[in-house]
Amino acid sequence: MSAEEWPLFEVFIRSKSGLHHKHAGSLHAADATMALENARDVYTRRQEGVSIWVVESKHIAASDPADSDAFFEPAKDKIYRHPTFYDLPDELKHM
Amino acid sequence: MRTTHLEDNFQQKIDAEERIEPKDWMPETYRKTLIRQISQHAHSEIVGMLPEGNWITRAPTLRRKAALLAKVQDEAGHGLYLYCAAETLGVSRDTLLDELHTGKAKYSSIFNYPTIAWADMGAIGWLVDGAAIMNQVPLCRASYGPYARAMVRICKEESFHQRQGFEIMLTLSKGTPTQKAMAQDALNRWWWPSLMMFGPNDAESQHTEQSVRWKIKRFTNDELRQKFVDATVPQAEILGITIPDPDLKWNEERGHYDFGAINWDEFWQVVKGNGPCNQERMEARIKAHEDGEWVREAAMAYANKQSQKLTEQVA
Amino acid sequence: MNLEFESQDPLVQYCLLLADNVLILGQRLGEWCGHGPTLEQDIALTNFALDFVGQSRLYYQYAAEVLGNPHSEDSLAFLRDVPAYNNIQLVEQSNRDFAQTIIRQFLFDSWHYYFLEQLQHSGDERLSAIAAKSIKEVAYHLRFSSEWTIRLGDGTEESHKKMQAALNRLWVFSQESLNPADYESELISKGIAVDLAQISAKVAQKRKAIFEEATLNMPELIPFFGNGKKGLHTEHLGFILTELQYMQRAYPGLQW
Repeated sequence: MSAEEWPLFEVFIRSKSGLHHKHAGSLHAADATMALENARDVYTRRQEGVSIWVVESKHIAASDPADSDAFFEPAKDKIYRHPTFYDLPDELKHM
Repeated sequence: MRTTHLEDNFQQKIDAEERIEPKDWMPETYRKTLIRQISQHAHSEIVGMLPEGNWITRAPTLRRKAALLAKVQDEAGHGLYLYCAAETLGVSRDTLLDELHTGKAKYSSIFNYPTIAWADMGAIGWLVDGAAIMNQVPLCRASYGPYARAMVRICKEESFHQRQGFEIMLTLSKGTPTQKAMAQDALNRWWWPSLMMFGPNDAESQHTEQSVRWKIKRFTNDELRQKFVDATVPQAEILGITIPDPDLKWNEERGHYDFGAINWDEFWQVVKGNGPCNQERMEARIKAHEDGEWVREAAMAYANKQSQKLTEQVA
Repeated sequence: MNLEFESQDPLVQYCLLLADNVLILGQRLGEWCGHGPTLEQDIALTNFALDFVGQSRLYYQYAAEVLGNPHSEDSLAFLRDVPAYNNIQLVEQSNRDFAQTIIRQFLFDSWHYYFLEQLQHSGDERLSAIAAKSIKEVAYHLRFSSEWTIRLGDGTEESHKKMQAALNRLWVFSQESLNPADYESELISKGIAVDLAQISAKVAQKRKAIFEEATLNMPELIPFFGNGKKGLHTEHLGFILTELQYMQRAYPGLQW
């Protein structure tokens, strides 16, 4: 265990054009170029993707579960943001 | 918040089938149990590459060679996904590998049996992967998110493994008497170790109860073993080969097959390191790791040099 | 079924050259499976092995069709002995360590890529189709082995030393792919085989550029006495075939 361990990267894959990149998993690589290739070899062996993003895990800023209430609860009661909040007559077919 | 309160909340979430994610609060024992379970599983995948890797260069046709390569490669992938899942719990892959290499960590004892014939590729795919699938499918609903997601990916990929093995067995069983004997011989050698894969009987299993409550184990060892036997007996009938257990018979009342006693002495001996291939398997893994050290070191040194060059250019 | 292999058809001999090259290299890379320096690289090398085994099947299938019954991809791979194998000697060299494996790979890829680029324009439709399919895989191989050559050549003192030693050792095998065998020359004149003279400058340029970036010295070329393309091999091939063909030889004529 003497050598410096290769850093961890997060892998995001676009499964086909038109779709978002989605988190697929992680892997180790010495640098970003290698991470892309490792991702290609590890995560797209079965045609899972047409595009790959990798980012070193330490560069991801993540919200803290302890902040969940403050972050996400306030959106709960703002139901007027959703189309179903509004009463419209049935005659109105498309809106 | 007091710990008991946190623990109550934690258990409530699990009871409600909510997933626990890496940054969520979790009891230390949950974290430790998961690290042990996930890394043990990861180790099994990579040690498991060896007995089958053994036959890659000797596969009897090009089609079989390609399928076997792809299968063993998948096992490397599965080990990788699982190590990454374990890493979200705050332990490095290097540490986990170190535990494997020093004998602190265990792996599935089945991989300490030798693959001495081509038919073993069939038997392993059919039985060992079959048993693994029994174990793994319920884990797709494990309470720990990264583990469950890794298992979903693994189960999707594994679906060809068992079919690959069964097809090898089927070809042998339809072949010449020599080939049929090869299939039977492989079944004879792999049947009991496959049943042992599910671990000790529930009464002897020290972790089961807590793990079931935490939903990192969704069925007990004995439940899974029974499911496996029930699923496999009809498959052996299709192959026309005989499961080496004189006590095996359908129990109308239970709606399950009864089967004979497992030789637990053998199981514990193999777990302890006295199986036919324990030493060779460990030697091979340690050698790969040690031989790879200069490669990993050089790649890192090169990466550091390159990023330093970039910084200098910017400055 | 025991096939004494005697076909002198240049097209068959050429297909076998191309098939044997990739099968033997695939076989060598398959030996790495489970023993790679990291899991990620283990998976990458196995991908290469799979690409090569896949490519070999396309060439063998074509050769078997030309030869007709009872030949098949498997009879060609499993029932020919060393003198009937046409692969270049580079691909049969053993894995030894990761440096030797990477240099062997780069020496092969840096030829293979430019070779397939031309084979796409072969007058033989089947060969050109195989080339068009394979070159996508091989473009990735070349990228991978180039990068690893640079990374390890310019990594640590130890890795540099190992890479230079590997290059010194394998360099003698680097030109065989560029020297046509008689059956090859015959097909070149018919516009079927790749004219190796046309690609040799590109191959040399690529190798020079990558070795420079990898801080590796290109050794002097020493005379090469092998002729793998005509079935004259190093001692390694016999052992490779012993393993490769074990099942088919021990249990002749069975289905697996």
